[in-house]
Order: sequence, then C-alpha cells, then structure tokens
Amino acid sequence: MNWIRQKIDQIKEPFEPGNKLEKYRPAINALDTFLFVPDHTTKKGAHIRDAVDLKRTMITVVLALIPALIFGMWNGGYQHYVQLGVEPTFLEAFLHGAYKIVPMIVVSYAVGLGLEFAFAIMRGHEVNEGYLVTGLLIPMIMPIDIPLWMVALSVIFAVLIGKEAFGGTGMNILNPALTARAFAFFAYPTYMSGNKIWVSEASTVDTISGETILGSLAANKEVGYNTAEMFTGVIPGSIAETSTLCIAVGALLLVLTKVGSWRIILSGILGAAAMGLLLNALPSMGVEGNGLTNFPWYNHLVVGGFAFGIVFMATDPVSAAQTMKGKWIYGALIGLTAILIRTLNPAYPEGIMLSILLLNVFAPTIDHYVIEGNIKKRKKRLETKSVKTA
Amino acid sequence: MPIDIKIKKGLTLKLKGEAENSIEQAQKSKTVALRPSNFHSLVPKMVLKEGAKLKAGDEVFFSKYSDKTRVVSPVSGTLKEIKRGAKRKILSVIIEADDELSYKDFGVMDPLKSNSSEVKDRIFSSGLGVFLNQRPYNIPADAEDTPKAIYISAYDTAPLSADYEFILKDKAEFFQNGINALTKLTGGKVYLGVDKQSASFLKDIENVELITVSGPHPAGNVGTLIHETEPMNRGERVWTINPEDVAIIGEQFKTGKYNAERTVVVTGTAAKHRKYFKTIIGAEVSSILKDQEDNSRIISGNVLTGEKIEEDGYINFFSNTLTVIPEGNEYRMFGWLPFKDNDIHSASKTSLSWLFPNKKYEVNTNLNGEERALVVTGEMEEVMPLDILPMQLIKACMAGDIEKMENLGIYEVVPEDFALVEYTNTSKIEAQAIIRNGLDIMITEVG
Repeated sequence: MNWIRQKIDQIKEPFEPGNKLEKYRPAINALDTFLFVPDHTTKKGAHIRDAVDLKRTMITVVLALIPALIFGMWNGGYQHYVQLGVEPTFLEAFLHGAYKIVPMIVVSYAVGLGLEFAFAIMRGHEVNEGYLVTGLLIPMIMPIDIPLWMVALSVIFAVLIGKEAFGGTGMNILNPALTARAFAFFAYPTYMSGNKIWVSEASTVDTISGETILGSLAANKEVGYNTAEMFTGVIPGSIAETSTLCIAVGALLLVLTKVGSWRIILSGILGAAAMGLLLNALPSMGVEGNGLTNFPWYNHLVVGGFAFGIVFMATDPVSAAQTMKGKWIYGALIGLTAILIRTLNPAYPEGIMLSILLLNVFAPTIDHYVIEGNIKKRKKRLETKSVKTA
Repeated sequence: MPIDIKIKKGLTLKLKGEAENSIEQAQKSKTVALRPSNFHSLVPKMVLKEGAKLKAGDEVFFSKYSDKTRVVSPVSGTLKEIKRGAKRKILSVIIEADDELSYKDFGVMDPLKSNSSEVKDRIFSSGLGVFLNQRPYNIPADAEDTPKAIYISAYDTAPLSADYEFILKDKAEFFQNGINALTKLTGGKVYLGVDKQSASFLKDIENVELITVSGPHPAGNVGTLIHETEPMNRGERVWTINPEDVAIIGEQFKTGKYNAERTVVVTGTAAKHRKYFKTIIGAEVSSILKDQEDNSRIISGNVLTGEKIEEDGYINFFSNTLTVIPEGNEYRMFGWLPFKDNDIHSASKTSLSWLFPNKKYEVNTNLNGEERALVVTGEMEEVMPLDILPMQLIKACMAGDIEKMENLGIYEVVPEDFALVEYTNTSKIEAQAIIRNGLDIMITEVG
C-alpha cells in the first residue's frame, strides 16, 4: 500500500501549489481521494471528526441503486426477447439489457463528470461527489432505446442549467437527474412517450405493443399484469423504475443508513395511498372516473415511476425540504400530486417526475413556514416575558 | 425540589484514554502565561512593564473598553515578557513565578453579610470578574450589567472531561462561599447543574436553584441548562462560570488571598500519566505532561471544543483538561467505502460502529474526508437538543444576515453548542467557527 501512495504522491508533484499544473489540482485530488482518504487533520474547532463524509454518503446511495439497476438490465433484455416470442435465459436477457444500458451510464458519467471537473477547476473548489448519484440516476430513469446523444444533451442541460447555474452542488433548486429527464421529455417528446419506446427495439416489431401499464390504462385498455408482477417489476417501463421489490431493497439500505429520509419516503407513500383511495372512491360518490382513477390504490404504488421517484429522487436532500416537519409535508404533497397528475392529466400518464419537480420548487416555501413557526415561538416568548415584567 | 432536565437528542462519545480518579501535585510551573485571546473580544491595556515585580492578585492588564474587567496575576514573581504579534498585538504575558508565593491581601469579606454593590465591587476590582462569562456572545462579563441569572454546570458531559465532583470535594466550603457571593450579583437565581445519577455533596449546596441533568452530551453544557430553564431573549444578559472558579472566588472572600489553583485532568490515549494534577492557572504544559507519545496533539480542553497547544505552551485560562490524542495524518485506502473501518466512530449508520453502543473508541485528528458543500440534511438536528434550527442558523451566520440570526436564536448559543454538529457533519464544515463569526457580527452590529 505504501508504494502505491508514494507513486501517487510522485504523480501529484506537478499539481502541488506553486508548480505549473496547480490549477488542475481539484481534478487530480478527486481521483486521489477515490483511492485514499486524505491525511488531512482537523485545523479548527472539534479535533476529532465522524467517519462519515460526502463520498461515503453518495456511495451508499449508489449501492442502494444497484439492485434496481441490475434488475433493470435483466428486465430490459427480458422484455425485448418476450416481444419477439423468445424465452431468454437469464444471461441472454441481462446481456441485452447491459448492452443497451452500460453505454448510457458511460456517456452520462463521462459528460457529467467532465463538466463537474471543469467547473471545479474553473471555480477552484474540490469536486463534489453528488454527480456520482446523479450520473447513475439519469440513465436509470430513461427509456431503454433513447439515443446516446440525447442522454448526453440531457446531462449537459441538467448539470449546467439545473445545478451549476445556481452555484453548484448544494445550491440547486431542482433535482438534477429529474431536470435531465424533464429536458429530454419536453425537448424530444416523440422519443420519451408513446407505446413503442419502453421495450428495447419495439419499434422494429409490428405486432406487439410494449406500452406501460399506465399507458394502457390511459388508453382504457385492459392491463395484462397482476399486482405481484407489477411489484416484482417484470413489466415494461423506464429502465430501473419497474421493480418495486428491488427499489424497496435500496430504500431499506437508505433508511437503515439514514442516508435517505424515511420521513419523506413514508409520508410520500401515505400521500399517494390517500389520493389513490380518494380516486377509487369516486364511483361511490357518483363520479364515473377513468381507467386510471379506478386502478386500485395499492397498484398505483407499485407501477410507474412512483416508487423509484419517492425513494431516490424525492429524498435528494438538496432539493427536498430541509426541516424535519417540512419533510413530512413535502413527502406527502409529492405523493398526493403524483397520483393526481398521473390520473387526471390526459397528456401523459405519469406524474411522479412533474410532482417532484413541482415540490422541489415549493420546498423552500414549505421550509419557510416551518422556520417561521420556530421564529414565532421565540418572539412569543419575548412578548410574554416583556408583558410580565411591564 | 430540583429542576429535572432530561435530554434525548445528542451524542455521548465513548473514548479510550480516561483518567484515573487520583490526584497529585504537579511539578511547580516555573512561568505562567496570561493570554488575552482566552478572553474573547478583550483588548488588553497593560498595567505593568516588563521586569515589574508582582504579587499573586496584582493586576496585569485590563480591558480597553472597561477598566473593571481586570486580569490579575495567578502567581507572585516577575513580569518576564510581553509577547507581541503583528501590529504589536499582545499575544501573551509571561510571569516568572517566585519559589515561595506571596499574595496580595484583599481582606476578608462575608458575602452573605455584605450588600450587592460591595460584593460586586470586590469581585470586579480584584480581578475575579473575568471568571464570569456573559451570554450572549460568550465574552467577559461587563461589570455594569446585572444578569437575569447566573449558571454553573458542575456536570461536564463532553468526552474525556473532568469530574467536577472529584475536583470540588475538598473545596466544598469555598465553593459554597463562592455561590453565596454570586447570589449578590444577580436579581434572579443562581443555577447549579449536577449529574442526576450521582448522589454527591453538590446536591446539598445552598442558595442555588439545583438542576439535575441526565441524557447524552450536550446535556451538561451551560447552554442546554439555560435553554431548558430561562431561555435567552434579545437584550437579556446571563452570566456563566466554571465550578472551580466559584471556589476560587469563595476562597478569596474567606481568606483574602487569590489562590489561582487549577485542577487539571490529563486524558487521551497518547498521554502517559492519566490522572488529576493540582497546578496553577496558566501553567506550563511541560510542568504537567511528561513524555507523551510522538506525533500527538495536545489539546487544552476536550476533543470537541479545546484549543490546540504546543508542548512548550501554556494551559488556557479557563481550561481544566489536557487531552492528548494521536495525530491522524495518515492516508486510509478506500476509507470512504461504507461499512469499512468500523473502528472509527460514526454517528451516521454508514459505519457498523452503531452496532456496538458500548465500545470505546481510540480517536485521532484525521478529518475523515474533505470539506464539501452542505448537502446532507437532518443530521444536525439529531445532535441538537435545543429548540434551534441548526442548519438554518449556520447558513444565516455564513450569510451574515443579522435579522435572521436573531430570529433563529443566535443569542441562545455559543460555539460549544455546535461542537457535536461539527463533529458529525458529513460536509466537514467548521460549525463552531461559523457560529463564533456570527456572534462577532452581532457584537459589532447589535452589541
């Protein structure tokens, strides 16, 4: 281990302050700190520090994403073969999915990290690890057949407009990964919706429709899947959104490590369930509703992007509400609006993306009122005090 | 009936390197240092010149803004050197101690039989006033103020800290006398926080409002006691004082002598002889610490809030702890992987250390990462027992937004209240320095 360290120190030599490559230091440091936690010691304040750092936190999220990603690769291949009428082996299915998805991940990381490094060098700060998660999330929420240049463009938009324009990591208002998806959705709607994009190479097959469950419901068609299939996720959809089971495994890791806010996840699920129940009750109130409103509320929780969104997107600490009470409200509103948009919006039968982006915008407002509550308590204390003494 | 305070949020760090409960007279400190930086915001005006002879209790310097804030010599001897830094700022005043100390005689006074102004005048004119710290801002108390209450915490919950019951057990009489004096300084109460679990003489101290405290650190912090009993509002003043300094005040009233004895506990894994030492305020570190391990850091105070000092340095005026821990200037390969290096404590659950709640940790000074943008939310609240929004207050301090700082409760906190926030923080931000900076802005803008 020592000789590796020496070798790295040797490589880093020209990047040290005072040497000619000094301004590229953030880039080389970012690579170095992936091998070694640096030997930095505390300079001010507390002399000892917790073992946790941002890198560890972000890697935990990446780990939590792995089950859904692996499943997404397999399911991508499986759906592809099934539409051709072939029953693939596990490996065949997985390899087909990986063949489609790995290049997307590579493009996403290459473009996004390139930008992150460039900004770190330009602004002279260290490279933040947030993009490790964003860069993996972006391909995971895209349809499998999306062209790579579109992934790259979405990444550029998300990093530049979604994040760096606001001042970089920790300052962004919108979730960068969802910004990327929203960009792709609104810029290239033909690639991002319809019934031919959710299964790999479906457009080359004439007879079989590979549309999503929500898509068929919106078109008032029968759904050929039961709740168990929807839960395990052997259904068409965006790459990693389909398996609620795998997402739940990731959610468990996030909640147990406290990296993801259980408050947001729980209140989100409760909010969605409440809205689902309400819509299910429409017929008994004399309103006819549509295929989506009559879709059982528990199924709403396991189809589409809801589970993935609430676990991995809504819990993004930067764009979510930051106060404890605020998180409850924020999560619940995401759940409510996600199902509302999903069922009542005729143009696009999925609501989680728009509902999270919407609540991202409102998160500071939610926090504002929670903070005002704290401030009011303090002011009231002062008032009662001065009344007493007066 | 004592007031009972039970804290739920917080974190008690269990560290290796505790001191044994035995006490020994330290080697006599040949010189002592008085450092103006120990009294935040105090700008010193020297009374004596280099070479002057002085007795223990003689004034050495006073505050430029209030001549009643006086710092007096803990020893008798010769003023050896006034160390100055940039712009002739006084860094420290070194006094060479006589072999046999002689004391200035302040005369005997019974605080209970004297009136408030006599007691107050005595405390501030004889240099005992600097033991009192003012909240808000954590600066030396102003003799012109009458605080709404005075707080003493005799229960230090910080890691590897001194046991005040042990320190005070031989000084109970002086401690009580000091309390009697303090009661004359405030129109309100004198609060004394003690460990709820222990059944010690401190619970029998009279003329105080007793607070029994339980729960994790920072349960024993003065800030916590204030917040749970009489929270600070705008414009209010509260004074705080350390227990052993109360005993010094009590002794000075009883005997007329300023006996600046300080009991210092030596802790930390890199210290060889871990026990209590009796020494003098501002003593040389080398008179207490012998042959500590190489590549270690000496901290005057505890690991969370203390000040780094050199081997040939002097103990902080207020500090009663010397913690010595190894420096952490080593690389750790792939140390950022979750669930790796579980022998390093983490309050987050990305390390398996939470599975062993009773394990004691050997700590070093490694930052365990690098400073990053503030990303993770919710972790600060877990170690903040006060009804304060920590992240929002920190951001207000960073932005220097006076109104927001005031609204979010800047008057109720001092840096040490944010020590755990700083320790657990994922982004490694320097919370204590940020709060200190915020307080300094308030001092200049609001006063």
